[in-house]
Amino acid sequence: MKKVFLAMMLMAAVSVMAATTITIKGSDTLVRLGQRWAEEYMKKNPEAVIQVSGGGSGTGIAALLNGTTDICESSRDMKAKEHDLAKKNGINPYRVTVALDGIAVFLHETNPVNELTFAQLKGIYTGSITNWKEVGGPDTRIIVYGRENNSGTYVFYKEHVLDDEDYSDYTQTLPGTAAVVNAVAKDKFGIGYGGIAWAKGVKFAAVRKNDSSTAVIPSMETVINGTYPISRELYWFFNGTPTGDLKNLVNWALSVEGQKVAEEVDYIPLPRELAEKNLVK
Amino acid sequence: MRELEFRPKSKIRELLGEKFILLNALVALIAILLIFIFIFKEALPIFTDPEIMQEASVDKLMLKQSFYEGQEPRFSWQPNSSVPKYSLFPLFLGTLKAALVAMLFAVPLGVGAAIYSSEFASRRMREIIKPTIELLAAIPSVVLGFFALIVLASLFQEIFGLTFRLNAINAGIALGLAVVPVIFTVAEDAMTSVPQSLREAAIALGANPWQVSITMVFPAAMPGIAAGVVLGFGRAIGETMIVLMASGNAAIISWSFVESVRTFSATIAAELAEVVFGSAHYSVLFFIGTILFIFTFIINLGGDIVLFRLKERMQGKSK
Repeated sequence: MKKVFLAMMLMAAVSVMAATTITIKGSDTLVRLGQRWAEEYMKKNPEAVIQVSGGGSGTGIAALLNGTTDICESSRDMKAKEHDLAKKNGINPYRVTVALDGIAVFLHETNPVNELTFAQLKGIYTGSITNWKEVGGPDTRIIVYGRENNSGTYVFYKEHVLDDEDYSDYTQTLPGTAAVVNAVAKDKFGIGYGGIAWAKGVKFAAVRKNDSSTAVIPSMETVINGTYPISRELYWFFNGTPTGDLKNLVNWALSVEGQKVAEEVDYIPLPRELAEKNLVK
Repeated sequence: MRELEFRPKSKIRELLGEKFILLNALVALIAILLIFIFIFKEALPIFTDPEIMQEASVDKLMLKQSFYEGQEPRFSWQPNSSVPKYSLFPLFLGTLKAALVAMLFAVPLGVGAAIYSSEFASRRMREIIKPTIELLAAIPSVVLGFFALIVLASLFQEIFGLTFRLNAINAGIALGLAVVPVIFTVAEDAMTSVPQSLREAAIALGANPWQVSITMVFPAAMPGIAAGVVLGFGRAIGETMIVLMASGNAAIISWSFVESVRTFSATIAAELAEVVFGSAHYSVLFFIGTILFIFTFIINLGGDIVLFRLKERMQGKSK
């Protein structure tokens, strides 16, 4: 009798899990948002079980291609190479833009430099500018921090700011935006980059596209209205058009309510009409 | 009370029992062999696949290259570039620098603590010191790494006025903290197991405690101490999380110990999760794994040989 009961319990547990467990994996930039969305969604839908983990956009995309995650969070688009691999593995990636993000340039709070142009940022990160005095600061070495190369932020910054040139060998890479922020917060002559949602204890540099444009500080408004030059879209990738629970989840994330959650944790919500366009039908 | 007696019930049982124990002993051996075969197999395309060899053949990994037309030949680790660059030398140098600092820090500390604990400490003191140092080994390396990233780095920068917060010394000393208990434990055991009769003989000849420990116990325990140092070095080379967090991970060629380093193990940890299976980058990372494997294997083997020789000499078997 006892055994039968146990077996029934087990079966019930398994069927519940099998029915609604959703795994989300990928970008470290997005992981916090993914977790908050998951919490809120599970509160509203008690039967749903959502597991969220990070690891980097590359890790998430690899997981999607290997069929080990339902949703891949990514802070960059898939590369041609990855699309080829997807085709080979019989995966049909479906992309939804779920939020926006600005990549901020972090400086130590006491750094007298307040604004940098794209050309200066490129010089600093490729190694042709190594002293703060070349960009209007004190006569000291610039300590350059960046992300590890499994990060979507690393790739995005390389493509958009460095024109796809190599980072300087002296770029110190750290695991995670939090570690970069931490390092810059403790390093008077440090410079780093990362999502604007993360900055605590550092200041943002105002960024100018070129010499004639005005310097813009990254913020919710400047990313949404497109004046801040280093901004990007954040994606969820699915295998095929999402249906059922996955569809409910993504449409909820895109709803006014879901986007409000994004704003609460310092991500940048999509403009309303874009969010509505992205809804899965 | 039943009398204790071991009598196998049958020949077959005895045989099976023996084979089972043998299998247990072989599992570790087989596991190591399989791991090596797996790692080496994934690294093999560097030697055989012409497509991958174009990006990363052995000479490209080892020698200076000019990556762009007219560029002076140089070493560079830039696997995610439009022109991927896979020089291993910066990583090799980084690994060595971090391990060297770790050993310079940990050997005197570990051996010194072992001498104190086994020769000079009162019993009560010893019972405090030994578990405390061994507890250091129980701290997860990610915690040590985080400690180095946040606390140690700022401390060193302030004291020495360093340009780079995260550097070989910072990573090396954090590594050293992980290595100390390894060296201490093995060295301490070796010294306590030096027969009491030897100590008493030396004291009878008029040696003071200092002379006893330095001229008698220390040399007699040398094989064990050497084994501890070798084991510690192996740990310093292979440890990952500490260096990943505390070293800055910049793959540069520099003999300065106050500049950032990137080690083999940190490179694998940081990059393996992202690489495309079967790409040149993937194979190169496994090649690094192979190198690390062979490296630690040789170190351990060398340690064993030294140990064996020393033991023979200590026992007066060789001339």
